[in-house]
Amino acid sequence: MNWLRNQWQACRLALSRLATAPVNTLLSVLGIGIALALPAGGHLLLDHVAALGRGAAAAPQLTVFMSVEAERKAALDIEARLLGRPDVAQTELLEREATLKRMKASDGLADVIGALPKNPFPDAIVVTLADESPAALESLAAEARKWPRVEQVQIDADWAHRLAAFVRLARTGVLLLATLLGLGLITITFNTIRLQVLTRQTEVEVSRLLGATDAFIRRPFLWYGALLGLLGGIVGWLIVAGATLWLRLPVAELAQLYGLELLLTLPSAKSTGVLLGAAAGLGWLGAALSMRQQLSANTR
Amino acid sequence: MIQLDRISKRYPPDMTALTDVSADIGAGELVTIVGHSGAGKSTLLKLIPAIERPTSGTVLVNGQNVGALSARALPFLRRNIGLVFQDQKLLFDRSALANVLLPLEIVGFPHKEAQRRAEAALDKVGLLKRARALPIALSGGEQQRLAIARAVVHRPGLLIADEPTAYLDAETAQDVAAIFMEFHRVGVTVMVATYDDSLFPGARRLRLDHGRLLA
Repeated sequence: MNWLRNQWQACRLALSRLATAPVNTLLSVLGIGIALALPAGGHLLLDHVAALGRGAAAAPQLTVFMSVEAERKAALDIEARLLGRPDVAQTELLEREATLKRMKASDGLADVIGALPKNPFPDAIVVTLADESPAALESLAAEARKWPRVEQVQIDADWAHRLAAFVRLARTGVLLLATLLGLGLITITFNTIRLQVLTRQTEVEVSRLLGATDAFIRRPFLWYGALLGLLGGIVGWLIVAGATLWLRLPVAELAQLYGLELLLTLPSAKSTGVLLGAAAGLGWLGAALSMRQQLSANTR
Repeated sequence: MIQLDRISKRYPPDMTALTDVSADIGAGELVTIVGHSGAGKSTLLKLIPAIERPTSGTVLVNGQNVGALSARALPFLRRNIGLVFQDQKLLFDRSALANVLLPLEIVGFPHKEAQRRAEAALDKVGLLKRARALPIALSGGEQQRLAIARAVVHRPGLLIADEPTAYLDAETAQDVAAIFMEFHRVGVTVMVATYDDSLFPGARRLRLDHGRLLA
């Protein structure tokens, strides 16, 4: 009860200090908010891109291209061979004539295809695997490449894997950015609290002379740092949310041009909690480091 | 209550503030410390709540060697001492009431009880009507009385004051001294460094001269 009362008193004092210097508070909060918005926005965007890749890679497929000279029977034999395997769920034979017809119907390709002396497309078999692991996909592709009359085997989930690799790399980048900007946040609160202590030197000194413990002196400054971080987190969230709503339509239209469905959504409750918690925590940490230095410098 | 045993205090490089000072001060005593400027009065008073530590010798308060107290134990010693400074050390961004509430907040008093005690302390020094005023709006005498209210609000057994009447006119100085006398009458041990000990009739006088206690 005593502990709660002390915390509440310190929190109220910190709030009143934030309110008594509104311009300073606003500038600090904006600085922290912008610093947090960059990694938070990057994280949100990567979540969407990663979900896009996961969706595409959900049904791993590979396409076996026969050589152009191969007869239909060879393709049927390969299809039968594939269907006989336990790791293959289903196959679809794309006959070269049907492919030619579809290409001729495509905008912009009709003239090029029509000018060719003969059908350039081979028969192809699209294979859907029962085993979704990349290893199984690679293993079947390697085997199929050795089969007679097979010209090429293409793993259709390759782009998804490349995307996943890109997302992994980008996540590392976002993590690095978050670490750097997190350190920036700690520095901002460290310096803000240092200035606070300097302007409240008499208060610290008097409190000590009246028998205040370091914990008592530290408490309102820690609350100040945490509240500053929290307010910065809220501003960061608002920036990310605003940008998401602003970019939602153009991003969806762009994705649609590539046959993808990408609708940006606001940060989830969990992400919001992590953002605000981390912001408050880092603000508290900056204040704690600053107070440690300030109080050890003035031990009287 | 307080035993000063052969204490000396030197500041580097070669300034000696106190030399071989010994004295015993009993509970409930009223003691004035007199001497010219630079005689070591303030230094002597600062040794008792361990604002300064002696270079040699021991200071015992209620049997505790304050020179050997750890930083963690120090606040608990100071909570039993009321301090009035020459420059008052008031917090000018807080009201008179908030200044007086501070020692009670430090000790962790429930808010209502703290409020009641702070108002009583302000009443005692005649400042209850100025409770909401900022210290800057108070006169020199009122500021000194406010500092006294803050020093006694948590009912310490020992009240230490460093030149509490230094910048006050004669009449106000008399009023402030009367407050100390009143605390002495209710059993509080009072130690006052002063240039004019006639303000404290009946007090035991310790006279310092160039850091030495005169008999």
